[in-house]
Amino acid sequence: MADFLWRAIAAGLLLALVAGPLGCFIVWRRMAYFGDTLSHSALFGIALGLLFDLNLQAAVVVSSAAIALLLVALERHKSLATDTLLGILAHSALALGLVLLSFTPTQIDLQAYLFGDLLTVTTSELLWLVVGAGCALAVMLTQWNSLLSFTLQTELAEVEGLNVARLRMLLMLMVALVVAVSMKIVGVLLITSLLIIPAATARLFARSPEQMALGASLCGCIAVLGGIAASWFWDTPTGPSIVVVAALLFGLGSLRKA
Amino acid sequence: MNLPTSPHEPATATAATCIPQALLHLHAVDFHAGGRHILQQVNLHLKQGQILTLIGPNGAGKTTLVKIALGLLAPSSGSVNRSADLRIGYMPQRLQVDATLPLSVQRFLQLAPRATPDEITSALHEVGADHLRHSRLQSLSGGEMQRVLLARALLGKPQLLVLDEPTQGVDLKGQAELYKLITTIRDRHSCGVLMVSHDLHLVMSATDEVICLNQHVCCHGHPEMVGNDPAYLELFGKAGVEAMAVYTHHHYHEHDLHGDVVGEHMHDSNCQHSPAHSLLLQPQHLRKDSH
Repeated sequence: MADFLWRAIAAGLLLALVAGPLGCFIVWRRMAYFGDTLSHSALFGIALGLLFDLNLQAAVVVSSAAIALLLVALERHKSLATDTLLGILAHSALALGLVLLSFTPTQIDLQAYLFGDLLTVTTSELLWLVVGAGCALAVMLTQWNSLLSFTLQTELAEVEGLNVARLRMLLMLMVALVVAVSMKIVGVLLITSLLIIPAATARLFARSPEQMALGASLCGCIAVLGGIAASWFWDTPTGPSIVVVAALLFGLGSLRKA
Repeated sequence: MNLPTSPHEPATATAATCIPQALLHLHAVDFHAGGRHILQQVNLHLKQGQILTLIGPNGAGKTTLVKIALGLLAPSSGSVNRSADLRIGYMPQRLQVDATLPLSVQRFLQLAPRATPDEITSALHEVGADHLRHSRLQSLSGGEMQRVLLARALLGKPQLLVLDEPTQGVDLKGQAELYKLITTIRDRHSCGVLMVSHDLHLVMSATDEVICLNQHVCCHGHPEMVGNDPAYLELFGKAGVEAMAVYTHHHYHEHDLHGDVVGEHMHDSNCQHSPAHSLLLQPQHLRKDSH
């Protein structure tokens, strides 16, 4: 089989692995909108990178992290409802990114960033993913109980001695990092679905938080393999195919559960 | 020990001799946020083995005061002193547990720092929730959930229990049981208890001291004294008076007086409530506890 296929499979599986537990926190903490905002604004990072001739991946990581920190800060002084605030930020960042892209000297394949282009993942992009996903996985493994306590009851966690401000920031930065390194795989418009759908599927059968996290990783891996297979045999777009398989799994799971 | 002595603080007047046992001392605490005074000149003193209850209407700053006592919020001015290395067990008002998070009671208790399996077993036993060990957190009733939260608060062998509305979402019978349980726990562990409550009539019999809060301390002292305080009556109006009347009625039960006829209730030297209270007694309150 061709090299590009192995790279695609490795990248997809790696992303599914980290998206499982991270997606669980997004579902438990109802952060889906945060994921959307971060992914929409990732395009802004691409535009900046192209304009200033920076490493694109580095530009996206840095801009996503900056926006995550901005969100944490904005959330602290609430003057607008969070969903309104996120709606404003998500779409203005996306629009600003698109506008800025029109000024860039080189034309890029916008569709690849919006919907992903897994089959053209390069070795350097794969390396970024390994580092980004590896960092996020390591943080989640070492901080699992703290993150869980913090998710359950913030004040209780704080009384018990956890630094909740740090945990909140850590969680946001992990989402930002994973979104940034995976935008090439499913695209900014579909990243959140890869975080949420497998977690929601695993939730149907899980009896503990750990089971749900592992189950979500597993569902994600099946979706990635299924999507790549569909793309290989029927020439469908890879990113959307992965999301369709994930959604099918969720549908089947719900039916079985009902 | 870093407790300042403050001769101007009435609540500490009797406590001055018990300073070695003092757990928590708040002096002249002010808190404002967003240009609004939430707490003004609040003093609070809590000793080992004492149950102190904060009551007050919504927006009175009860939860803010609890957060200041816990150290989650810093007061705008005033001092907060906790005894050195104070172990605090905290029972939050509610758990923000999302329906999508599959969590058993046991796993929830394991999340407490350094909780051993033996401690979990004994904490569950103590609150009468042994049978809930493997239940899903979301399947618990209001009363069961509060017991589990109480068990979690007990896991760190606390010297001070801080309970924010411990009987929220619990039916009337369950509330009485829960308050009884809190008293039992206090007796067994001789820990201090700081709790927030809305259930005036029930909490009155389960507390040593009441602080009636409405941004400032309206009145404080022994529950019966507070119940007769004009500031309390003003704050809680008729409902509060009725609540107190029910409590006082409990009290009279012990003296073998039956309250079937409201208007003709006899007042004697033991009677700690003013005649005005009994006039406000509603028959349904009497029926409720005259069986």
